[in-house]
Amino acid sequence: MSVIGLVGRLGALIIDNIISLGEFVLFMANAMIYAVLPPYKPRLLIRQLRAIGADSLFLILLIGAFTGMVLGLQGYNTLRRFGSEGALGTVVALVLVRELGPVLAALMVAARAGSAMAAELGAMQATEQIDALSVMAINPVQYLVTPRLLAGLISFPLLTAVFDVVGILGGYVVGVDLMGAPGSSYINGIGENMTGHDIATGFFKSVVFGLVVMWVCCYKGYHAQRMATGVSRATTEAVVLSSVLILVWDYFMTSILL
Amino acid sequence: MSESGKDAAIQVKDLRRRFGHQQVLDGVSLDFPRGEITTIVGPSGCGKTVLLKHLNLLLRPDSGQIVIDGIDVTRLGSRGVDAAREKFGMLFQAGALFDSLTVFDNVAFPLVEKTHLSRIEIADRVHETLSAVGLDGMEKKYPSEMSGGMQKRAALARALIRRPVILMLDEPTTGLDPARTGSIHALIRATQQRFNLTAVLVSHDVPAVFEISDRIAFMHQGKIAVSGTVAEVTSVHNEVLDRFLAGKASGEDSAAAAG
Repeated sequence: MSVIGLVGRLGALIIDNIISLGEFVLFMANAMIYAVLPPYKPRLLIRQLRAIGADSLFLILLIGAFTGMVLGLQGYNTLRRFGSEGALGTVVALVLVRELGPVLAALMVAARAGSAMAAELGAMQATEQIDALSVMAINPVQYLVTPRLLAGLISFPLLTAVFDVVGILGGYVVGVDLMGAPGSSYINGIGENMTGHDIATGFFKSVVFGLVVMWVCCYKGYHAQRMATGVSRATTEAVVLSSVLILVWDYFMTSILL
Repeated sequence: MSESGKDAAIQVKDLRRRFGHQQVLDGVSLDFPRGEITTIVGPSGCGKTVLLKHLNLLLRPDSGQIVIDGIDVTRLGSRGVDAAREKFGMLFQAGALFDSLTVFDNVAFPLVEKTHLSRIEIADRVHETLSAVGLDGMEKKYPSEMSGGMQKRAALARALIRRPVILMLDEPTTGLDPARTGSIHALIRATQQRFNLTAVLVSHDVPAVFEISDRIAFMHQGKIAVSGTVAEVTSVHNEVLDRFLAGKASGEDSAAAAG
């Protein structure tokens, strides 16, 4: 192939990618604009808060407890080598609040609610239900995406907070009750060493992850192709891309916020 | 005034639309007379579904006009589009009922979302419309609990609930057996006459669909190849149309299949 042909192909590829990136950004910008424009649909928001938040609670409790328990176990065994078992509470709490709480909660909600959301919107696209909304003069982004976005922004920090608290309790049960670390320093250490900045970091991360997961999962589902494999592909891409973005963003946010 | 001498509810003028390298609509011009059923037929891929998506404003043309009640709807902003859509009812191919809602809630949906009617008025309208499509007593069923024909009826009820003046139907009998096809066709005709609707019907169900149509437009390769009343279209001799009505592939399709 000629050089000009190659350059042309490269150019077309770059333009295609920029266009899809633009669509991706405009999609969320639209959903955000419709969040402040009437008509407001509190009923839809409450339904999504239930689907994303309340229905994920058991999973978050379970994963949070086991994450805290393993941190208690590993932390106790490591700290004992330096004779500083008293720092166990501080270590468990900081690791959870700053890092593992937001990240693991976001990954679990992406896997549970995000995948369901991508599949649901994908099926609606495939069966022309989204077109049906448009023809009924109902904006499908405002009706379908905006409530999910808002529910994600509200649910993620709350689920993360639950995850952190349950994790700290799990660490206490294993580290103190089972392994024999000093209980009073576990509790007091957290109070002395945890700062507002640590909590703000975790809160900020969880809000950003909420945005990322809802954005990716809604976009992938909404733009699913109208064929049998379209919905499954949209669901897979939604979960994989949100998970990757959570972990990559986490690094950059940590390096900025530290 | 349209070429048929009747008042046209929808006029399509030289509509063109390209997807990538494919000219899907290549200068479509067609009038849809008020109060009649105009059926668009043609082989798969001829552009009839794309034409319908332009009529219901889901797609915008590259050039050309769609004039509905004197307004060129291809140039409207989003508010104008919403206002124009108040005149439409649309029956999608697979019904496009919301799976998460009961039949009652599906049919009531446009009223709940877009009007300020009271619950009682909405319930009355829904019951009245459901009985018009033969679905009395099915209010509490979910779409997944109903047969394909019943889903089409429920979707038709939803399309009619806001009392549109234009009804658009995308292959309403796809996936139905011949008996159900006949009863859905009869229902479409009865509904159209009862509410004096202008109906745009996209169908591959030839010649069964001719019985309920006033006018036929035969589409081929992005253009209207033949159009007129049912009697005119069936008497005219057009090689591609004859082959299509005889259930054979068009020349180039069979050549492509052979090659």
